[in-house]
Amino acid sequence: MNLRSFLSRDATLNRVVPPSGFTAILTLVSSGVMAFLAVFTLALAMAAGDLASNWEAELAGTATVRITASDDVLEAETEAVLTALSQTPGVVSSRRLDLSEQLELLAPWFGTGLPLDELRLPVLIDIMETAEGPDRTGLEQRLAAEAPGAVYESHGRWRAPLVEAAGRLRTLGYFALFLIAVVTGVMITLAASTSLAANAQVVDVLRLVGAKNGWITGAFVLRFTVRAILGAFIGTLVGIVAVALMPGGIETGILSGLGFQGAEWIWPVLVPIIAGGTAAGATFLSAGRTLRSAL
Amino acid sequence: MIELDKVAVSFGDRTLFSDVSLILPPGSFHFLTGPSGSGKTTLIRLCSMEMQPNSGQVQLLGKTVSGLSQNNVSAMRQRLGVVHQDSRFIDHLSVAENVALPAAVTGKTGRHTEYQLEELLAWVGLAGQAKNLPPELSGGERQRAALARAVMLSPDVLLADEPTGNVDWDMSIHILELLIELNKLGKTVLCATHDLNLIRQAKSRVSAKVLRLHGGAIEIAGAGL
Ligand SMILES: Nc1ncnc2c1ncn2[C@@H]1O[C@H](COP(=O)(O)OP(=O)(O)O)[C@@H](O)[C@H]1O
Ligand SMILES: [Mg+2]
Repeated sequence: MNLRSFLSRDATLNRVVPPSGFTAILTLVSSGVMAFLAVFTLALAMAAGDLASNWEAELAGTATVRITASDDVLEAETEAVLTALSQTPGVVSSRRLDLSEQLELLAPWFGTGLPLDELRLPVLIDIMETAEGPDRTGLEQRLAAEAPGAVYESHGRWRAPLVEAAGRLRTLGYFALFLIAVVTGVMITLAASTSLAANAQVVDVLRLVGAKNGWITGAFVLRFTVRAILGAFIGTLVGIVAVALMPGGIETGILSGLGFQGAEWIWPVLVPIIAGGTAAGATFLSAGRTLRSAL
Repeated sequence: MIELDKVAVSFGDRTLFSDVSLILPPGSFHFLTGPSGSGKTTLIRLCSMEMQPNSGQVQLLGKTVSGLSQNNVSAMRQRLGVVHQDSRFIDHLSVAENVALPAAVTGKTGRHTEYQLEELLAWVGLAGQAKNLPPELSGGERQRAALARAVMLSPDVLLADEPTGNVDWDMSIHILELLIELNKLGKTVLCATHDLNLIRQAKSRVSAKVLRLHGGAIEIAGAGL
C-alpha cells in the first residue's frame, strides 16, 4: 500500500475541492478569454503609446518660418524675422537654411540638378524651440507687422491632435485592461461562491474533522488560482500568436507597433500571473465571506 | 471532560430538553439510550458543538462552548472524535485520504502519520479498501472508516451516534470491541444506541454507565437492563 503519495505535504489540500464541474470550466474559460483580450488590448495600448511618443519626440521643439516676398524686400524681411526670433522667449535658436539644404528638401519631389537660377525659392528658417515653445499669437502678430511675407509653421500644430489621440487611445487601452481585470475578478468570485455552495458537504466534513477556515479557504484558493493561471496561460499564448500573425511593417501607421518588443514582453508574461493573483484574491474574499457566515 | 448544565433545546415551539444536566468524567464509558426521537442525536450534536443549546451551558475539555470563535471550535474538534449516524465523507477522496483528513487539515503529515494511518486501517479491517472511494463501501465499512477517522488524531473524547446502526450483529460486536479498546486507552466514550443487546453485551467487558433519555429528561438506567 503506497500511502506516501497522498500524504506528502499538501496533497489533500490540492485535491479536496473536486477537480471538475461547472465552476472549473467557468474559471478556466473566463480567465482564458480575458487573458486573450488582455494581450490584445496590451498590444494596442503599447502600439498607441509608442506612436504617440515617437511623434512627440520627432516633432517636439521644431518649427519653420517660411518667407515669400519679392526680391527687393526678401532679405530685409529675413533679417527682421531672424531678429524677431532671437528676441522671442521660447525660441532656442533659429537658422536660415542655405540653398543646398533647401534643394535637398526638394529633391524627393523634383529630383536633383534643379536649374537654381530659374526657381524662386522661399526662404526657410529652421527654429529650435524649448519644450513650452514660444507664445504663438504674439510671435505671429509681430511677424505680420515686421515681415508680412513670413508664415510661422509649428509642426506640432497639425500633429498635436494625432499625438493626443494616440495618447488617449493608450489611456483607453489601460482602462480596458483594468475593466478586464475587474470582470475576471467578478467571474471568479461568482465561480468560487458557486463552488463553495455546491461543495457544502465537503466543507461540512472538513469542519467536522477540525479544519480551520484558513485551511478550507486555502484549498479553494489553490484550486481556483491554478485553474485561472492555466486558463490565462492558454489565453495569453493564443493572444501572442494572434498578435504575431497581424500583418505588420514599419509603414502601416497605427498598426506598425503592434506586437511586443524587448522589455514590453514583461506585460504579456505578467498576464497569467495577474490572473492568478486576481483569482486568489477573489476566491479568498468569497470563501472568507461564505465560511464566516455559516457555522 | 463533558459537562451539560441545565441545557434546554427546542425546535420551533416544540421543547425537546427543558433542563438536562450531565457530567461525563475523563476516561468514562457511557451509553446513551432511549426511544427513537428522544433526543440522542441532539445530545451528541450538543457535545460535538454542531449545535448550541437555547439555554444552559455545555462545557467541553474545560472550556465553555458558547461564544467560542470558529477557529477555537475547530481546534476543539481536533481533540474530539465524532462518529455520526450517517457518516459523511468526501466522496472523491479515497478511504485512506478520508481517514487521514483530520491529520491533513492540521498539517500533520509525514512518516509518523503514514504509519499511524496504516495501523488504523488495519485495526478497523479496511486495509484492503484503502484506495476505494467511500461510495464503494458497505454500511459496516463506512461506520468503521468513520471510527478510524474519528480517532486519527488520538482524541481525548469519542462521541458515537448509533455506530452500529446499520450493520449486522457480528459487525456490531466488532465495532463495540473497538470502542472498548479506545476506552481502555483512556479515552472518554459516549455511545448513543437504541440496541439494548449491545449494551448487555458490553456490560461484561467494560464498566459502562447507561444514560436513558426519556420525555426530555435524562436518567441513569438501573441494573434492570
Ligand atoms: N434540526 C431539527 N429541526 C427540527 N426538529 C429536530 C431537529 N433535530 C431533531 N429534531 C427533533 O428532535 C427530536 C429528537 O431527535 P433526535 O435527537 O434525532 O432523536 P434520536 O436520535 O433519539 O432519534 C425529534 O422529534 C426530531 O424530529
Ligand atoms: Mg438519532
